[in-house]
Amino acid sequence: MIKIEHLIKNYGTNCAVDDISFEVEQGETVGFLGPNGAGKSTTMNILTGYLSATSGKVTISGIDILSDPLGAKKLIGYLPEQPPLYLDMTVDEYLNFNYELKGCTLSREHHLAEICEVVKITDVRKRVIRNLSKGYRQRVGIAQALIGNPSVIIFDEPTVGLDPKQIIEIRNLIRTLGKDHTVILSTHILQEVQAVCDRIIIINKGRIVADEKTENITRAVENNRRFNAKICGPQKDILALLKSMPGIIYAEALAEKDGDAYTYMIESEYGVDIRKKLFYTLSEKGWALVGLEALGMSLEDIFITVVDKSTADESRVSRYARRTDRKKKARTRTSLETDVAESLVEDAEKKREEEAEQSDTEDDED
Amino acid sequence: MFAIYKKEMRSYFINPIGYVFTGIFLVFASLICCYTTILSASYDTSSYFTLMIFALIVLIPLLTMRLFAEERKMRTEQLLLTAPVTLTGMVVGKFLAALTMFVGCVAVSCINFIPLYVIANAERGNTSYDTTHIGPVSSQIIGGLIGLILIGAAFIAIGTFISSMTENQLAAAVITISVIIVLVLVGVVSQFVDVYWVRAVLDWISVLSRFGNFGNGIFDFASLFYYASIAFIFLFLTVRIYEKRRWG
Repeated sequence: MIKIEHLIKNYGTNCAVDDISFEVEQGETVGFLGPNGAGKSTTMNILTGYLSATSGKVTISGIDILSDPLGAKKLIGYLPEQPPLYLDMTVDEYLNFNYELKGCTLSREHHLAEICEVVKITDVRKRVIRNLSKGYRQRVGIAQALIGNPSVIIFDEPTVGLDPKQIIEIRNLIRTLGKDHTVILSTHILQEVQAVCDRIIIINKGRIVADEKTENITRAVENNRRFNAKICGPQKDILALLKSMPGIIYAEALAEKDGDAYTYMIESEYGVDIRKKLFYTLSEKGWALVGLEALGMSLEDIFITVVDKSTADESRVSRYARRTDRKKKARTRTSLETDVAESLVEDAEKKREEEAEQSDTEDDED
Repeated sequence: MFAIYKKEMRSYFINPIGYVFTGIFLVFASLICCYTTILSASYDTSSYFTLMIFALIVLIPLLTMRLFAEERKMRTEQLLLTAPVTLTGMVVGKFLAALTMFVGCVAVSCINFIPLYVIANAERGNTSYDTTHIGPVSSQIIGGLIGLILIGAAFIAIGTFISSMTENQLAAAVITISVIIVLVLVGVVSQFVDVYWVRAVLDWISVLSRFGNFGNGIFDFASLFYYASIAFIFLFLTVRIYEKRRWG
């Protein structure tokens, strides 16, 4: 549906997008994730024909955005970061203007009424946009993107500045739209992509650093192998036992103390459920296990690690110093996030290399 | 293109700026007409048109300053540039909307000439000889109107171009005023220059000197071509500005 090949965009000497290639299938909902200034908006602006790429090719459903901009733009509904609203128009006037602007041929009244129903703005249709709240304005912006029933819908940070209830509503709306449209969504909120998207593309400094199905990442997150265990008994011996236990790759005593029980953080090998074994081993020794708490690994940790890793790879300078205010989190992070992050980054690199090889061979053939 | 034209027309009338323009235009037109003809006891309309051209210095920026500057500031241009509309369509749509406002006001201001015809009629009834022409010369008025509209179109194109370069409406207005002042004053300055070739060059550039034939009721094809090319060049440059920004 959407095919981006070797996209490069330079602003003067500043490279905003550096050789990005990816494809989006029909009906897919893709989350475009990245820190501020990673090149998300630039990529979207190129996709929608607002900007032109320095080099590279963008095709929407086989139509090149450069050679047939009008044809490609007809297939796209776009909600920029700041909804492009004419504040002095009423919602109705605005939607009608968009209807005419896009040269829509669907039955006007029916189509607009349907869209208003979908984004729930029917009751404000007669009101002037200036007087609407941020949430309603955002929805009018979304309604604008839906006019003409485009097959591709692109949202640039659609939930910024909304209250939690509106965020949930908009996410539900996007999920509904994702059922019969191809949706690309840019955001730096991780729960959003996890909640809405089939696939996540993480981009940093203008490069794709990870491109993975959401379920794979979620599985990695859920495949939990870290626990906080509260065990009564002598701290040194217990720590030694934990470290020597087969199946455990990491153990550490934490400063927490509850009565005569100390807290230990342990991490098991991949695919091993250590809990039962831990219980029996400890009971053999007569040390009581009084608490076992699974430690979640958040998508945030993966994201930060991926981004950090890609940044570090690039500059060969560790960016961990940046996170001094999150010392505690950084300390408890073990190899798990790094593993997941590394595999994601490697996957992306491998893909890139393969593509490069492919294009090389193609060039050779030419 | 038509959608953008319609939207611009509507926005002239839901914003104060359209009414301010219409109001100031009509007041200027009637005052100037009154002063140059009735108060001076003359049927000659040539100074009316000359003064109207000077009035355009402040009137045109009112029409053009917000055309692109506001879109850019409010980020609504992103909507227009990602819609299936060509850049030329967008620029021409906006230009035509401003031109329609201007032509509309010029048309309405024609009522200023009615008193002249009425008075002339009364005067003709009082005189016994009809060998000399009494009253305004219709061909001069029509020529003047056509010339005024052409000059207006050229100035609107210049204002459109300047508006597309900034996101500040005030800056757009001030720069437009300065540019139009220069174009108009070149004609005035040329009258004080003695060196023949300098004068010839200034006259060639001047907007005012080209107007002379229209004011005399002659349809000057060269001047028509001159004004039309100014309008075309600046609209073309506006399109180029947007093209360049896309690649920037």
